Amino acid sequence: MLLIPCPHCGPRNQEEFAYERTLDSVVRLDDAPDAAVTALYTRANLRGTDHEIWSHLCGQWLRLTRDRMSHAISAVEPL
Amino acid sequence: MREHAGTVPFTFDGKAYAGHPGDTLAAALVAAGVKLVARSFKLHRPRGIMAAGVEEASALVTVGYGAHAEPNVRATDVFLYPGLVATSQNAWPSLRHDIGAVNSLAASLIPAGFYYKTFFGPPSRWMIYEHFIRKAAGLGQPPRVADPDHYAHRSAFCDVLVVGGGPAGLAAALHAAEAGKRVILIEQDIAPGGSLLREAVTIDGAPGDQWAQTMVARIRAAGGRVLLRTTAAGYWDDNFLFAVERRVEPGQPGQGPAQVLWKLRCAEVVLATGTIERPLVFVNNDLPGVMLAGAARALALRHGVAPGRRAVIATSHDDAYRTAFALADLGVEIVAILDSRTAPAGPVIDAARARFAVFADARPLRAIRSRNALAGLDALVAGVRQRFDADCLAMSGGASPVLHLHRQAGGALAYDAARGGFLPGAGRQGNTTIGAAAGIHALASILDQADVVDPLGAATAPAPGPIWRDDVPGKAFVDFQNDVTTGDLALAQREGYTSVEHTKRYTTLGMGTDQGKTGAMVALAQIADLRGVALPEAGLTTFRPPYTPVTMGAFAGPARGDHAAPIRRLPLAAAHDALGALWVPAGAWMRPRAYPEAGESIGQASLREARMVRASVGVVDVSSLGKFEIAGPDALALVAAVCATPMAKLAVGRGRYTVMLREDGMVMDDGTLWRLAEDRWLITSSSGGAARMSRHMTYVADVLLGHPRAAVVDVGEHWAGLAIAGPRSAALLADLIGAPVPSHMGLCHGTIAGAPVRVLAASYSGERAFEVHVPGHLAHAVFAALVDAAQAAGGGVYGLDAMDHLRVEKGHVVIGAEADGRASPADLGMGGMLRKAGGFIGWQGLTRPALADQAGRRQLVGLTSIDGAGICEGAMLVVQQGEEPAGHVTTAAPRVAGQGAIALGLLTDGAARHGEVLLAWSPTRHSMVQVRVGPAVFHDPEGALYHD
Repeated sequence: MLLIPCPHCGPRNQEEFAYERTLDSVVRLDDAPDAAVTALYTRANLRGTDHEIWSHLCGQWLRLTRDRMSHAISAVEPL
Repeated sequence: MREHAGTVPFTFDGKAYAGHPGDTLAAALVAAGVKLVARSFKLHRPRGIMAAGVEEASALVTVGYGAHAEPNVRATDVFLYPGLVATSQNAWPSLRHDIGAVNSLAASLIPAGFYYKTFFGPPSRWMIYEHFIRKAAGLGQPPRVADPDHYAHRSAFCDVLVVGGGPAGLAAALHAAEAGKRVILIEQDIAPGGSLLREAVTIDGAPGDQWAQTMVARIRAAGGRVLLRTTAAGYWDDNFLFAVERRVEPGQPGQGPAQVLWKLRCAEVVLATGTIERPLVFVNNDLPGVMLAGAARALALRHGVAPGRRAVIATSHDDAYRTAFALADLGVEIVAILDSRTAPAGPVIDAARARFAVFADARPLRAIRSRNALAGLDALVAGVRQRFDADCLAMSGGASPVLHLHRQAGGALAYDAARGGFLPGAGRQGNTTIGAAAGIHALASILDQADVVDPLGAATAPAPGPIWRDDVPGKAFVDFQNDVTTGDLALAQREGYTSVEHTKRYTTLGMGTDQGKTGAMVALAQIADLRGVALPEAGLTTFRPPYTPVTMGAFAGPARGDHAAPIRRLPLAAAHDALGALWVPAGAWMRPRAYPEAGESIGQASLREARMVRASVGVVDVSSLGKFEIAGPDALALVAAVCATPMAKLAVGRGRYTVMLREDGMVMDDGTLWRLAEDRWLITSSSGGAARMSRHMTYVADVLLGHPRAAVVDVGEHWAGLAIAGPRSAALLADLIGAPVPSHMGLCHGTIAGAPVRVLAASYSGERAFEVHVPGHLAHAVFAALVDAAQAAGGGVYGLDAMDHLRVEKGHVVIGAEADGRASPADLGMGGMLRKAGGFIGWQGLTRPALADQAGRRQLVGLTSIDGAGICEGAMLVVQQGEEPAGHVTTAAPRVAGQGAIALGLLTDGAARHGEVLLAWSPTRHSMVQVRVGPAVFHDPEGALYHD
C-alpha cells in the first residue's frame, strides 16, 4: 500500500486516496472526437514514469508522478 | 525425557490425552505415541508430524468444534490449551481405516494433470465432476455457522520493524530500541528464541530460551513493542506490512478479539525470518515417523519428547548432526547417521563418530511401511543397499532462507550454489535481511557481542541433498501437501510443462495452505536436473501474501453484519416509522418501500398508494436524491460541461430535466437543473449516483476546467426533500405556503409550518407535482403539515414501490435499470434533448460510428402484458422460445390507471418495432408472458396534466 504525500495533509495511506486516471487519458471538452476516443481506449502503457490523477479524502485533486515499475512516487502536485 | 504425564487435557479424534503447557498439539501427540495424524490431500496416504512450525505440510487438523472449529490448522502451529478438541480431516470412516486410501492403490491411474485429462466437456458436466472430486480430495470443512469470534484491526508506526524473534532479530531489535528508535518486534511463536528453542546452546551464561526471554524484557524496557504469536503475513509498497496476532489459539473460545490484524507502516524493516529445512527425496519419504531433522530436535530439546525409539539421521550437511546428539541425550537409540557426502570431515563429524555409526556416501532409498508408520529403511551406502530398522527418520536436505517478505517487497535474489538455493539480494524498500535468512548460520557470528557457548558451533552451513533420479520404484514426494512426486515432475516435463509456472499449475506443486514452504526448493532442484539447466535458470514461482493462511474474519475485522457497510437513514426516519413504513435498502440508504395497512400485502399497499396519487395527492420522501449547488461567475461553464441539455437560456427561477453523460457518451445520471440566480444553479441527481456525481463535478471543476470561478457544494445532506404529487397537489401546496405555486418547472420560496422551504415544480409521477426542499433539521414539521393536508384531501404518504409504478407508467427512466451504463441518450429516447453544439462531457463519445448510426442499438420501449399477467423484471425478450434474446425487461409494474401489467425494456431496434408481440421469458423464474411493444409512455403522453 502506497504512502502518498498529500500537499495539504502530509503523508497518508493509499486507502485515503482514489485513483482517477492517467494524465494522458484526460478528455478535454474541446478535444476532437478522434483524440478523445484515442485517449479513452488506445493508450500506451509504457514502462517508466507515469503521470496520474488521484483525489484525496480532503477533497484535493492531485497529480502524481509515479514509476510504473517500482511504484516510487517522485512528485505530488495539487491540481 | 519427560518425567510425568501432562496436565493439559485435550482430545484427538475423540480420544482423551494430556499434554504439557507450552506443547504444540504435534508435540503432545508424538509424546502420546500418536503417529498417524492425517491423510494426504489426493492419495489419502497416512501422514504424521513432519515439521515443527508453520511450514508443516501434512499434519493438518481441525481444531475446536461447532462454530469455533478452525479447519486446516497445522498441528505444529497450535499450542495446547485445556479442552482442545482436534479432529482429523480427509479420512472416512476413520484415519486408520480410510476408504479414500484406495486412491493410493490406484495412484498410477491418477498422475499429474489427471483431472485435466479425464474430466473435460461442457461446464454443466464439470459441475457433476466437481461434486465427486471435492468429496474425494480435500482439506477440512469450514464451520457452517457464523464465526462467533471477534476480530480487531490496529494500525501502528515504527522506526524499525523486526520480523522474527530468533537470535538475530532479538539482537537487532534491542540494538535499535537502545538507540532510541521506536521498535516493533514480531514473532510468530508463543515464545521468543526462534532456532534457540531447538538448540543446546548457552548465551551469556543462560540457556538459549532463557536468554531470549531476557532479551524481550530488555527490548520492552527500552520502549520497544514485542508482539508474540504474531505473523507478518504481507509486505507491500512503502514499507507497509500487515501482521496477524493470535490472542487465543485456534478453536479456543475467549474474551475480546480472537485475532488482531496489525497494519504497520515502518520507516525501516529488518527481516530475521530464519530458514525452513528441506526434506530429502526418497520413496515413502512421507511416512509417519519420517520428519525433518530440525523438527525432531525441536521435539527433543524444546518439548522433551522423543520422536521415536530407534532413529536414523539422514543428512547432507553437519547441521543435522545436532539432532543425533539431542535425540541420544534423550535416550533415543541412534541407529545410524547417513551422510550423503563422500568424505564428511571436521570436528562435528569426529564427535559424532565417537558416539554413533556414521556412514559416508549414504542416502535413503526407500522407507519401509508397517501399519501406517515407518518401520525401517533401505539405504544406499557407498553403492551398496543396506537395511536399517528405525521408527524415526530425521532427514535434512539443506535449509531455505525464508525470503517471502523480502520477495513480496520486490527484493532481488542471489543464487548460492553451495547452499543450492537463494539468498536475499538487495532489498527494494531499504529493507535488510539478517541472520540465517541472510545465510549466516553460526550463532557466534550472529551474536558477535555475546558470549556464545555452542558445543557444535563448528557445524558447516546446510547444503542441499542429492537429486533423486527414481532409482527405485515408488512415490518420492517433493510437495507433501499436494501429493506431488518426482514422477509427477518428470511427467510434466515430458508433456511439455517445462516452465516452473506451468509445472506448478499442472501438478499443483507449491499450492495449498503451505505454499510449498518445505518442498519448493527441492522440487526446483529436481526440475532443473530434469531440464539439464542450473537451478536459477529453472526459475522460481512468485511469493504472494499471505505468508501463512489468514482467517477471513481477520481481514474483515469489525466490518461485518450491521457494520459491513454504513447505513444512511433519512432525517425523517422516525416519522416514517410512526406511519408504519416498511423499509427497503436503496444503495446505502434505507427508504420507505410502502406503508401497508392492516392485512395488506406490499403489492396491494403500493398499488393503493399509486392510485391515491393519480386520484388525489400523495407525499413521498425524496431526501436521498443528490443535490448540488454551483455558484460563481463561471458557474454556467461548469454546469454546461456536466449537463448535456441546453441551459444557457434558462430563466432565473426556472428548471428543466437534464442528463449527465460519461465520456463515452453513455448516460451516467439524470436529474433536474434549476437556475436559482443568474450565476447560481441547483442540480439534482439520483440517490444512488449522488456520490459519483459529487466526485465527477469536482473533477470537472478542478481538473478539466482548472478551478473556474465557481464553487460546487454537495448540499444533499443539508436539504430534506419531500415530493407532493397528484391532481390536488397544487391547491394543497398553495394553501400551505399562502401564495400561488409555480407553474411546471418553475420554483418559488416560502414557509411551511414556520420553516423556510424551496418549492420546485417538477414531476416524476406524471401528475402535477412539487419537490419541497427544507433544511433537514426543520423537516419534521413540514412533513407533518404536508401529510396532514394530504390526508385531509383524501391522500397520504406513498413509498418507493408506488413511486416506481408511477414512473414506469409515465416512462421515466431510472439510473441503474434503464440507464444501465450501456445506454446512450438516444437509446433512451432522449437524443433530441442534447445540445447540438456539443461542448458537454460525452459529446465526442457520441460521435462514434456505433452511436451515430442507431441501427442495432437496444432502445427503450414500453411493454404491455397481453393477458394482463405480471411481467418478470429481468426477463429476456424473445420472438419465440429458444431464440437469441433481443432485449430484456428493465422494470415491471402493474397498471396504476386501469388494470393489467406493463413494463419498460431495452429492445434491439425497439423504436421501430412498436406493435410487435414478443415473449418476456424468464426460465429461471418460470415466467413467460406475451407482451406487445409500444412507446415507453402509458400515461398522459402529452403532459397535459402538468398544467393547471
